[in-house]
Amino acid sequence: MNWRGAATIYKAEMARTGRTLMQSILAPVISTSLYFVVFGAAIGSRMESIDGIGYGAFIVPGLVMMMILMQSVSNAAIGIYFPKFNGTVYELLSAPISALEVVIGFVGAAATKSLILGALVMVTAAFFVPMEIQHPLAMLAFLIMTSVTFSLFGFIIGIWADNFEQLNIVPMLIVTPLTFLGGSFYSISVLPPFWQTVTLFNPVVYLISGFRWSFYGVSDVDIGISLAAIAGFFAACVTIVWWMFKTGYRLKT
Amino acid sequence: MTDETPSGAAETAVLSIDGLSKTYAGGFTALKSVDLDIRKGEIFALLGPNGAGKTTLIGIVCGLVNATAGRVEVFGHDIDGDYRKTRARIGLVPQEMSIDMFTKVRDAVAYSRGLFGKPADPDYIEQVLRDLSLWDKRDTQMRALSGGMKRRVMIAKALSHDPDILFLDEPTAGVDVELRQGMWQVVEKLRQRGKTIILTTHYIQEAEEMADRVGVIRQGEIVLVEETATLMAKLGRKQLILQLAEPLKALPPELSVEGLSLAPDGDALHFDYDTKADRPGITTLLASLNAAGVSVRDLETRQSSLEEIFVDLVGGAS
Repeated sequence: MNWRGAATIYKAEMARTGRTLMQSILAPVISTSLYFVVFGAAIGSRMESIDGIGYGAFIVPGLVMMMILMQSVSNAAIGIYFPKFNGTVYELLSAPISALEVVIGFVGAAATKSLILGALVMVTAAFFVPMEIQHPLAMLAFLIMTSVTFSLFGFIIGIWADNFEQLNIVPMLIVTPLTFLGGSFYSISVLPPFWQTVTLFNPVVYLISGFRWSFYGVSDVDIGISLAAIAGFFAACVTIVWWMFKTGYRLKT
Repeated sequence: MTDETPSGAAETAVLSIDGLSKTYAGGFTALKSVDLDIRKGEIFALLGPNGAGKTTLIGIVCGLVNATAGRVEVFGHDIDGDYRKTRARIGLVPQEMSIDMFTKVRDAVAYSRGLFGKPADPDYIEQVLRDLSLWDKRDTQMRALSGGMKRRVMIAKALSHDPDILFLDEPTAGVDVELRQGMWQVVEKLRQRGKTIILTTHYIQEAEEMADRVGVIRQGEIVLVEETATLMAKLGRKQLILQLAEPLKALPPELSVEGLSLAPDGDALHFDYDTKADRPGITTLLASLNAAGVSVRDLETRQSSLEEIFVDLVGGAS
């Protein structure tokens, strides 16, 4: 294993975050916190509680998940897209470094950023809404698995994208709607039966449901199914990345 | 670094290319069964017009391009099966200016070294930067550097892991005369340290100035590989063909002129001469023929195939 190579990519990616602290850390924390202020503190007090949980507290896991999904995808996507864009990808391809090591570097850094953001947002949320975490280990596991899996997904987008529009289109047109419709702001049990069934095809439902369970012990779907869903998505992403490197898809000619 | 050559490759060949072909997805064939051996410690110039396949060839050896067929060995290791071993010994300076504008020079070079899995070595990096006159700019962001400096940073990055083989893809494209001279000094220094250097160019003068050997590539085929000195001696040569009125059995002794030979069936004389010489010897030859009583029915001159190649090359480059 060329661990040094993987660590070099990881450090360079983290340094990039450091150089753009406002954009990569402060902006997502502030925008997510606005949701707590508006939906949690201001509107939340006039909303009915869901499953016995105050509305402000109910939406925290969903909001954290939403931010993690978006940030993981966009950070990892830009991380690998940028070397393709400025041509420095030649260095990655001509170095004695394996696909696994490259992925560890880029995806590891993107997932780390997501975890830092997740922690910051949860701390911020605690100022505005009353929160409890019943299953901290499960919470951490969900956080890590989601960050890694969606960073892998973003990495795939970054390799696939040929221009900046494509780079942004997947997070904007797929990830955002799926998150909004995945139960960030409501329990899917409030939907009519037909739409409940439709919603079950949305993979984000399982993430948010499982993550919320780790906070309050209540969930829309069984926790085992949530774990299986994320494991399945992880396996799918790993398979696609493996294929991309094996064939050189949009990396080699 | 060890010099092991497990598959018993020729002891001096550091790079061995065998039957290498590449057809791109669009159907364009960039390389057609190329064979090439590069010797240890030489400067090899791959000379050819744009689109001849130079960059594709380098791309395959370095891991940027998938070959369609053929085999490449670096120090006896296969570039696919043993890519870690082969790539560890190769440094690549691509033709395109490809740098991260926001990185500082020293960090960029250290990054390249790290990618190759080598431990940090600030002293070595300093040496590389000094050799390339970049030490004063070590803490400058790339975007603030001139074009020539950026190109030197790319060389520094390629040298960051102390490779044995260095590829320079069109190192002087878009570079002014002064920088070109500087570039050659750097290359010469590297050669003195025992590095093998493979560069591409479409200028024959450049190959002549720098290279020990020259390989000419045209439309994806290596059309010749020659020592530079031999090649230059051959260039500029022409052949005068004299069709004889009466066939000769042998060359008369009074016609034993250098460069003159009798065609196998005796019906023509071939005279090789140097077009660049002050006195190519044609007048003398004709006088001697006259004196010897050999009558000529017809005559024509022919450029050597090499000369034709270079006329093509120069035509293609300009």
